[in-house]
Amino acid sequence: MIIFKPLRGVKMIYVENKDLVIPGEVLADDDFYSGRGAFKENGKICSSLMGLVSLRNKKLRVIPLKSKYVPKKGDVVIGKVKDVRFSIWDMDINSPYSGILPAFEVFGREKKELNRVFDVGDVLFLRVVEVDEVKKAKLGLKGRGMGKFRGGIIVDIAPTKVPRLIGKKGSMINMIKDKTQCKIVVGQNGLVWVKGDEDMEQLTKDIIHTIEKEAHTSGLTNKIKERLLLEIDGVLPEEEPEEEPVQDDYVELEKPKLQDFKEELEAEEKKEQEAKFMEKMEEFKNKNSDKSISLDDKPKNSLILK
Amino acid sequence: MSEFIRGDGRKYDELRPIKIEAGVLERADGSAYLEVGGNKILVAVYGPRESYIRRLLEPNTGVIRCRYNMAPFSVDDRKRPGPDRRSSEISKITADALRPALMLENYPRSMVDVFIEVIEAEGGTRCAGITAASVALVDAGIPMKDIVVGCAAGKVDDRVVLDLSEKEDKEGQADVPIAMMPRTGEITLLQSDGDLSEEEFQQALALAVEGCKKVSKIQKDALKRKYATG
Repeated sequence: MIIFKPLRGVKMIYVENKDLVIPGEVLADDDFYSGRGAFKENGKICSSLMGLVSLRNKKLRVIPLKSKYVPKKGDVVIGKVKDVRFSIWDMDINSPYSGILPAFEVFGREKKELNRVFDVGDVLFLRVVEVDEVKKAKLGLKGRGMGKFRGGIIVDIAPTKVPRLIGKKGSMINMIKDKTQCKIVVGQNGLVWVKGDEDMEQLTKDIIHTIEKEAHTSGLTNKIKERLLLEIDGVLPEEEPEEEPVQDDYVELEKPKLQDFKEELEAEEKKEQEAKFMEKMEEFKNKNSDKSISLDDKPKNSLILK
Repeated sequence: MSEFIRGDGRKYDELRPIKIEAGVLERADGSAYLEVGGNKILVAVYGPRESYIRRLLEPNTGVIRCRYNMAPFSVDDRKRPGPDRRSSEISKITADALRPALMLENYPRSMVDVFIEVIEAEGGTRCAGITAASVALVDAGIPMKDIVVGCAAGKVDDRVVLDLSEKEDKEGQADVPIAMMPRTGEITLLQSDGDLSEEEFQQALALAVEGCKKVSKIQKDALKRKYATG
């Protein structure tokens, strides 16, 4: 299985960029550095994961095909409320490590009843504020768009596939959003929130799973584009897609930028709040008018009860 | 050693036909299905995950826990379901055989659960279980130094042979199951049951190591095949 291929002069490397490797496979002799997913033993660089090789500046890394999410400071994640305790929420963040959301991250100094705000089963969009030495993640809601999701569905994928789902500068995710008219929020822990038309939610779910399954193949963005067009518009456009060299470089997609869903979420929230406010105003007005009536004719108490 | 043919038509250093498939279970983090001779084994791996058994957790690394279980219908006479002395032992030695290969330093206070279910048994299930379990561990994306592989050798009719079948195991004189990391040659499990002279033991060990290397190739092919498309 090992391809013996001297690269860069005399330095020995046995694999090429994006080769599929398995644990224990020898990647290179000395002279190279081992990054994530690789280790050095007896002067040889070996892989410790099943994944794809990434070689840059003599640093060998293996990008895993499957992995669990390990919380990292600054990540944005989607979590589910597992338990409500005295002053914290216990959160399930799709990881071997649970997260906690302290009440003061939400209310500040104010004291409120916790389960009135978020109850067990609620799904929240959070930021990892701090990770302690036992990897317990302290979560916060500071940041735009953070908070509780209303409606929609949750799709889960492997956290390592998240950069692929987002695409270069959000190319993939924006394309899906455009076509399906769904709101999509991707957490770095591999949970994806999708809200839109019911059929579109299902289609988006299917497509996300396809991306997860075929993340290690090249030319995926175009494939997904074609499928979206076929399923939504029913036809493939004749026009020649502009043939820019599609660089589906899985490796370069390591650090996804936050997508621009916050404004949408905020706008929606605002609308809802406004609606609520208006409702309250109406109620208030009605009450007032009720009162005024009741005050006018005192014996008619029944009117208030109505 | 002269060329002779064993009861089931194999040469002394011939393995039974093996089939391994990775990633067969939808809901497990990693899984594998293995057939060797008449053995049918299914392995599921869950984790690294948070564990509710606090006393087992280590503050600086992840831990592995194995459960080997034989289905009641896996043998000719119905086996009483549930753990027994034999399966407890195999559970322990499987965990011990796999542990040296794991690199769980990045997952402190977590636990990896391995469930080995023997659906059909025909001799050599502990080695087959280890072989399948390490494929499932790789499929689960757990960092490992090497893919552990298991294989047995033994003595039948005063001759040292590889990969004993159930009949050979019962009628034979000795059984030496081993597990190893093929890249470095480190042996992680070595058991010996029966009567062997020192020389015979050395022969059996060498034969089992060769067998492990052959099985290791099949393991690797099974893993690469799963993602070879595209």
